[in-house]
Amino acid sequence: MASVSIESIRKDYSLVPVLRNVSLSIADGEFLTLLGPSGCGKSTLLRILAGLEVQDAGSVRIAERVVDGLRPKRRDIAMVFQSYALYPHMSVASNMALPLRMRRLSALQRLPVLGRLLPGTAQITADIDMEVSHTAKSLGIGHLLPRKPGQLSGGQRQRVAVGRAMVRHPAVFLMDEPLSNLDAKLRVQMRAEIKELHRRLGVTFVYVTHDQAEAMTLSDRVAVMLDGELLQVAPPQDIYADPDNRRVAEFIGSPKINMFDGVVRERGLIDVAGSTLTIEADAITGTALSLGIRPEAFYLAERGGQGTLTGSVRMIEHMGSDLFVYLDLAGIDQPLIARLLAERAPHIVPGQTLHVGVRPERILLFTRDGRRLRPDRDSSKGAVTPFREVAR
Amino acid sequence: MNAGISPSRLPLSVALLRHAVLLTTGTLILLPFVWMLSLSIKPPGEIFRASFSFWPDKLYAVENYTKALSETPLLRYMGNGVLVCTMILLSQILVCAPCAYALAKLRFPGRGLLFGLVLVGLLLPHQVLALPLFALGHQLGILDTYAALIFPYIVSPFGIFLFRQFFKTIPDDLVHAARLDGVSELAIVWRIMLPMALPAVIAFSIFSLVSHWNDLFWPLIAVRDQSLMPPSLGIMAFKNEEAGNDYGPLMAASTLVVLPLVIAFLAAQKWFVEGMTGGAVK
Repeated sequence: MASVSIESIRKDYSLVPVLRNVSLSIADGEFLTLLGPSGCGKSTLLRILAGLEVQDAGSVRIAERVVDGLRPKRRDIAMVFQSYALYPHMSVASNMALPLRMRRLSALQRLPVLGRLLPGTAQITADIDMEVSHTAKSLGIGHLLPRKPGQLSGGQRQRVAVGRAMVRHPAVFLMDEPLSNLDAKLRVQMRAEIKELHRRLGVTFVYVTHDQAEAMTLSDRVAVMLDGELLQVAPPQDIYADPDNRRVAEFIGSPKINMFDGVVRERGLIDVAGSTLTIEADAITGTALSLGIRPEAFYLAERGGQGTLTGSVRMIEHMGSDLFVYLDLAGIDQPLIARLLAERAPHIVPGQTLHVGVRPERILLFTRDGRRLRPDRDSSKGAVTPFREVAR
Repeated sequence: MNAGISPSRLPLSVALLRHAVLLTTGTLILLPFVWMLSLSIKPPGEIFRASFSFWPDKLYAVENYTKALSETPLLRYMGNGVLVCTMILLSQILVCAPCAYALAKLRFPGRGLLFGLVLVGLLLPHQVLALPLFALGHQLGILDTYAALIFPYIVSPFGIFLFRQFFKTIPDDLVHAARLDGVSELAIVWRIMLPMALPAVIAFSIFSLVSHWNDLFWPLIAVRDQSLMPPSLGIMAFKNEEAGNDYGPLMAASTLVVLPLVIAFLAAQKWFVEGMTGGAVK
């Protein structure tokens, strides 16, 4: 078991910055997910943690020990790769036994024929075989041990890859998009299994994915990465409901959050797309702000007016329990997307004029350069600085 | 190759043309061997007869083959060939695999330049280097020994190139996984890369064995001692000194020299195919 701390990591690939000053600390036993689109540097960060790549600046500690100069083998970590990276010419049993053989047997003892004759080899090999078969059984792949990876299905290979990582009881598990090669159904199932595995082993997991659903369902905390920077590290519900940053708000959530530009009319009111919305903060009149409103924050309103937006229905998507309604607002190119309960909104047709309301506390406010403005509920009304700017 | 296309779906003219081309090429390649076989079982009188027949009027096989085996140390030559070819192949794999791994999977300054030099090595015909190699062998004092026959071939640019191309197709993740599993860099070469590159290893082995078994040019320069000569050089010596115009035994000896290669190739062919499919379904 071990905590992991990453301090000011920088990495460039031929002068293109891939990681810019990334710092992160991960608690012992935590499940942390690095979430970001492909090319954002999350896999590079994981490889630096593993010791497979060397950072240009900064340092990595695992279990309070600086591991920067240490080779991957000495870092007490195991990694599951997206491609599984099983050795195709070895049986499942040999694949899983290899990390133990490399650690416990001397170079002499590992020799093909001679090694078996050396004292101690037989006992160690027997122990390894026992541990491998024990781990394999716990993953439900005990019957696959004699097979080659080529004879296994995707899900089985995935389990073997996890087994190979598990068998030597590492302090930290690194997983690089381990589910992205599986079909949708299997992915959901393996997701649950990984969650269960983390609960059972209780060790630190660092998980890399571009899939929000995986990040949200698995993690204790999610670290959102964009363009080589960590934008926010927080529990999944906070990342979704309380983003620090416009880019985080836009990256998380499907369908995407609705963003509007608005100008503060007076204290507590803002003009948006020809309507006026109530906001839960004092603001200086005339300030240009961006508003983020999640699709499910809207409700169907009887009539227009203050606190509602009005538009004509462009398109409706039925999702079973919910409806996604696309509204064209006056003067805005992007349609507004509202997620409404199907039973509450039964008779909507394209072309119809619709009013949707939104409660002030569901509106996320951002400055025009993308920083989040949180209403400072503690400060007395009318204070000189009505907003607390959130430092990234 | 064309297994997916059934011949019946091709127009007859195309099928005929294709077979005609294949038959002509096959005949051209096989004819010298057939002739060699034919001569090796003919008595001297029939060899220079104006009319050609494959089967002799009087079978002279036993005499020719006995003469080939008894009047020259043919078995000794072939033993030399086996020893030299095996040593060359083993040392080539021993040298080429780590070089190819470094060129394919390790990042270091000058890698591109080194690979360029390998390609230059690939372009140079061996004959160009004969004189410097002869001088080097002389300096080392190994001329007229087995070492002289082996040392110019230990580093094979072709082997490095072939293995490097194959290693490049193996995903980096496998190398990373091996490093995390605690496998050292050299062990990655022998335990992970080379077994996965088995088709390339077998293809290279066939190439290496055939070319060095049949090599005449360098042995001619490197050794003078009859007891060190590989098969092809031995046969030439046989022709000059013993046989004169006695082509029957000469062809018998040639047949015997080619035979191991044919057998080895047929045996390896099955392996070769297995290696290919084993790699394909990984």
